[in-house]
Amino acid sequence: MIPGTSKGLLSIPTYRYLLWRLIRKAVLIRYRGSVLGWFWSFARPVAQFLIYFIAVGIFLRLGTTIGDYQVYLFSGIILIGFFTEVFNQTTQAIVANTDLVKKIYLPRELFPVSSVVVALINFIPQLLIITVVCLIVGWHPSPTQLLAAVLGVFIMATLGLGLGLFFGALNVSFRDSQNVVDIILMMALWASPVLYQASTMYGSLPEWVGTVYQLNPMVPAVELMHYAFWAALDTPKTGVVGYTTFTLIAVIVSLVILVIGQLVFRRLEGRFAQDL
Amino acid sequence: MRKTSDPTATAADPDAHLAVKVTEVRKSFVLRHTHTLKETVIAALKRKTLTSRFDALKGVTFDIPQGESVALIGFNGSGKSTLLKMLSGVYRPDAGEVRVRGRVAGLIEVGGGFHPDLTGRENVYLNAAILGMTKAETQERYDSIVEFAEIPDFMDTEVKHYSSGMFIRLAFAVAIHVECDILLVDEVLAVGDEPFQKKCFDKLQELRQQGKTIIIVSHFLDLLSKLCDRGIVIDQHQIAFDGPIDEAISTLRSLAPAS
Repeated sequence: MIPGTSKGLLSIPTYRYLLWRLIRKAVLIRYRGSVLGWFWSFARPVAQFLIYFIAVGIFLRLGTTIGDYQVYLFSGIILIGFFTEVFNQTTQAIVANTDLVKKIYLPRELFPVSSVVVALINFIPQLLIITVVCLIVGWHPSPTQLLAAVLGVFIMATLGLGLGLFFGALNVSFRDSQNVVDIILMMALWASPVLYQASTMYGSLPEWVGTVYQLNPMVPAVELMHYAFWAALDTPKTGVVGYTTFTLIAVIVSLVILVIGQLVFRRLEGRFAQDL
Repeated sequence: MRKTSDPTATAADPDAHLAVKVTEVRKSFVLRHTHTLKETVIAALKRKTLTSRFDALKGVTFDIPQGESVALIGFNGSGKSTLLKMLSGVYRPDAGEVRVRGRVAGLIEVGGGFHPDLTGRENVYLNAAILGMTKAETQERYDSIVEFAEIPDFMDTEVKHYSSGMFIRLAFAVAIHVECDILLVDEVLAVGDEPFQKKCFDKLQELRQQGKTIIIVSHFLDLLSKLCDRGIVIDQHQIAFDGPIDEAISTLRSLAPAS
């Protein structure tokens, strides 16, 4: 066999034990040396939530037009937070593991993939918070609605990994790509209906803008979270938009981006060890 | 894990007995003088040279039969480590072909995968996995790894509290217990104190007797003469000599600039 060759993402299952060890390492060291430890995985999204809840919900009064605004806001904001972590960490994954990449051959996709799993683990406490809050408010989701949440997370994970493979591979040679990632992430929050309702936007803009907007896979992903948590609350809701077609498109688009990311990654991979 | 047999190898294959086959391998590095898009664009506009080339290997060919132990020797910067990194797959050749048969494990810069905030035990399992071992293989060898490193009381201590000697011993112990057919060793024979070096030497001899293929890069020529059958001298990025280890060493010594 030829050393230094792999089937990319497809060879990950063969390396699942090593993948598990890399994930375990990341989880074990994440809050080493901090007194409050895992409390911080709760603190960050809660702080972000409070800022927007007060600024947008109360000062800008969106909270009065959208019922149960706290659930609406939190269910979207944690998904965007998840995407932010996936995209950031996967982009950094190769550079952060310079020592290993330069010394030992492993399928380099292992590093970004382990970042995605670690992000999923960090996402669990936030899912717990929203579930508890929903149960307090009164929440009766159908199985479809619960599946919708899973699909939303899947779209974001796929999209984040695809973009992360692409920018992570470029990041090895050009550290500029981290700045591009920062800009995309800054837009992610506003380019999806996290703080506002998509229905209010359609009224104020030409129809084609709305169509382009919905082609962004993040939009249906966030709406799937709203559907699962916010729309499943016992109080009646208005402004829920049907997203079946665009959800399907989002799944396809994020998978296509994953394939493109993987192809670019593979093309540049041969140079990682010498360019780092 | 990595495949242990090559499906393309058949009984009629003249290379069936080979562990490593290196054919006309070339490698050059492009040294970029710019690191951001801005610098690249400005340098391009000013028509400055963006890159310069450096040939690390200029067409290298050799075979290593299974079970042979081979020393790659040469002066600093001659291309030995580059060659070893191509055997391990870290680098890919620009031209030519590298083929290996069996599991390759590299003792390349020991301790690369260690994390200071993890305990010795966690690091053993993590590093063994990085070097290609399965969970069962690691569990089976865990005790002998600890015994080899001689630090049984420190396995649940974070590695950052280790002395540098302890760290290196543990890292080396993991690497040398890796299940493999081909072992690549890069200048790590000089680890630890003299008794530990002796132990490493004995372990390498043991692996050699077990029929493993061993490829060593080192400057400790006396040690190599005892450990290897064959020496490949690399000089000026090409093979200058390939033959019995003692002749290889005297060739290298004759190449040394008289000072």
